[in-house]
Amino acid sequence: MTSNVSSPVGRPRRRTGLGARTDWWALAMIAPALIGLAALYLWPFISTFIKSFMNVPVFGPGKFNGVDNYAKLLGDPGFWQALGNTALYTVLVLLGIPLAIVFAALIQQVSRGKAIYRVLFFLPVVTLPVAVGMVWRFILNGDFGLLNYVLSLVGIPGEYWVADARFTIYAFAVVGIWMGLGVNLIILGAGLQSIPTELYEASSLDGANRVQQFFSITLPLLSPSIFFVTILTTISAFQMFDLVFVMLGSVNNTALGDSKTIVYLFYDAAFVQFKQGFAATIAIVLLIIIMAVTALQFRLQKKWVVYD
Amino acid sequence: MTSRRSAASRGEWRIHVILIIAVALMVVPFVWEILTAFKTNNEVSTLPPTIIPAHPTTAAFETFFASVPFWAQFGVSAISLVLRVVGQVLVAALAGYAFARLRFPGRNVLFVLFLLMLMVPSQLFLLGQFDLMKGLGLLNTLPALAIPGIFSAFGTFLMRQAFMTMPKEYEEAARLDGAGTLRTFWSVMLPMARSMIAALAVLTSLYSWNDLLWPLIVSPAGGNRPLTVGLASMQGQFGTNYPTLMAGALVCTIPLVVVFIALQRQFFAGIASSGLKG
Repeated sequence: MTSNVSSPVGRPRRRTGLGARTDWWALAMIAPALIGLAALYLWPFISTFIKSFMNVPVFGPGKFNGVDNYAKLLGDPGFWQALGNTALYTVLVLLGIPLAIVFAALIQQVSRGKAIYRVLFFLPVVTLPVAVGMVWRFILNGDFGLLNYVLSLVGIPGEYWVADARFTIYAFAVVGIWMGLGVNLIILGAGLQSIPTELYEASSLDGANRVQQFFSITLPLLSPSIFFVTILTTISAFQMFDLVFVMLGSVNNTALGDSKTIVYLFYDAAFVQFKQGFAATIAIVLLIIIMAVTALQFRLQKKWVVYD
Repeated sequence: MTSRRSAASRGEWRIHVILIIAVALMVVPFVWEILTAFKTNNEVSTLPPTIIPAHPTTAAFETFFASVPFWAQFGVSAISLVLRVVGQVLVAALAGYAFARLRFPGRNVLFVLFLLMLMVPSQLFLLGQFDLMKGLGLLNTLPALAIPGIFSAFGTFLMRQAFMTMPKEYEEAARLDGAGTLRTFWSVMLPMARSMIAALAVLTSLYSWNDLLWPLIVSPAGGNRPLTVGLASMQGQFGTNYPTLMAGALVCTIPLVVVFIALQRQFFAGIASSGLKG
């Protein structure tokens, strides 16, 4: 380590500007990250793009087949179903954001117990998604599930929430909201803390009540944070895989066929059926969809996000 | 402050009522998981269901430990977590510091490349990563689980942001004292970045411990499986034996929950500074 100390001598003290020299240590420091990212991220990305135009058999070299994979994917009703499922799941999970805003604002208002509320809301985040899926699969079970029991107490007939494809996406969404609430709460809570308390004091003097304050101060000033969690939630919802796998896939549930998400489709094509070319096409299409949706959200934010 | 506090505290009990109801609903699944784990399989398949176990038993836990190599899988999860966290913090801190403070040709181009990688969904990398691990003969090994997670554009970005905000005076003082680049980084700058390092370590631990898809891909044959994959495959074995499934889910969940309770502040700081998902 001591030999490392002899770094370039006579470097200009002012390190900005044109006269600055290359620091060769910098290249050494950046090399591990660069090599790793090139080999494990950049190249896989490029090769996935290339494979999306190829037929890649399990053994032997792949062959280019133009846009065949894309044509096949877009002509596959299973893809459109998975896209519809994923989009529905995403929209439903976004409904968790208003919940998170309300709870973040409520937690902000109490003088005691903030920490314990945050911890309890956060527990699902630190729980293995596999365990989450297992517990909810049991709760939503059509025969012996807790939900149907509670519903029966109030006279509502239960359903096979995780065995009937009419309900599976809604079931995933409930679990998804439950799992994501803690994260959104923390990010929004940080946003709330940056709102100056003077604003609330001033508006109280003007006679505004809590609800008016919420809509005229909290929501507008929180909108950048709300936008941020909206982007994060959308992107991660589009990549949902774990719940489908745990609640349906790994138990050979017959509802799986009609309940797949795009990433499940990708996993199935790539690592169950070993059709790498087709899987690569699914991944590229997913990238395009996520980019388009994110771009749209950035466009729409101008209409509702308030930056001071 | 005091006036607002007193004005607010008058109606505060109402807020507590709402929050307590919400929190109670949030923990229902955990409570149900725990209660079920102490029931017998017969008891969970009776109608109407019992809430409190009629004859509390640890049989489900015994079945779980007898049929699942829990400690082996726990070891795999724990070792790959440590490799990933230590590796990522080192690699990301080194690169983040270089991006933040040193100059070298192509710095901006490379940094933009890193940012672009941040925006790509992780599924785009899986095929190539799998091919690489297979090519290196690493399938079903611990390194295969840990290696991709060591390199992270996100971690590098986070560490760069941390170093960017630090005052330059410390480095200049260290350099005047004759410390070179690496020594300045290691002895002066790295210790100052410890809160961001803690946040990054906690986030990486969370990803690593909870990850399902990648382990599922690189541990197809059953050797060196982490808890997530072990737990998921247990479902095939125990299908509807819910007490055993709940016992397994509970046992596998506890380690990270304990760490979370101990390091709440770091968890929340990590989430707040970066956003967990993505």
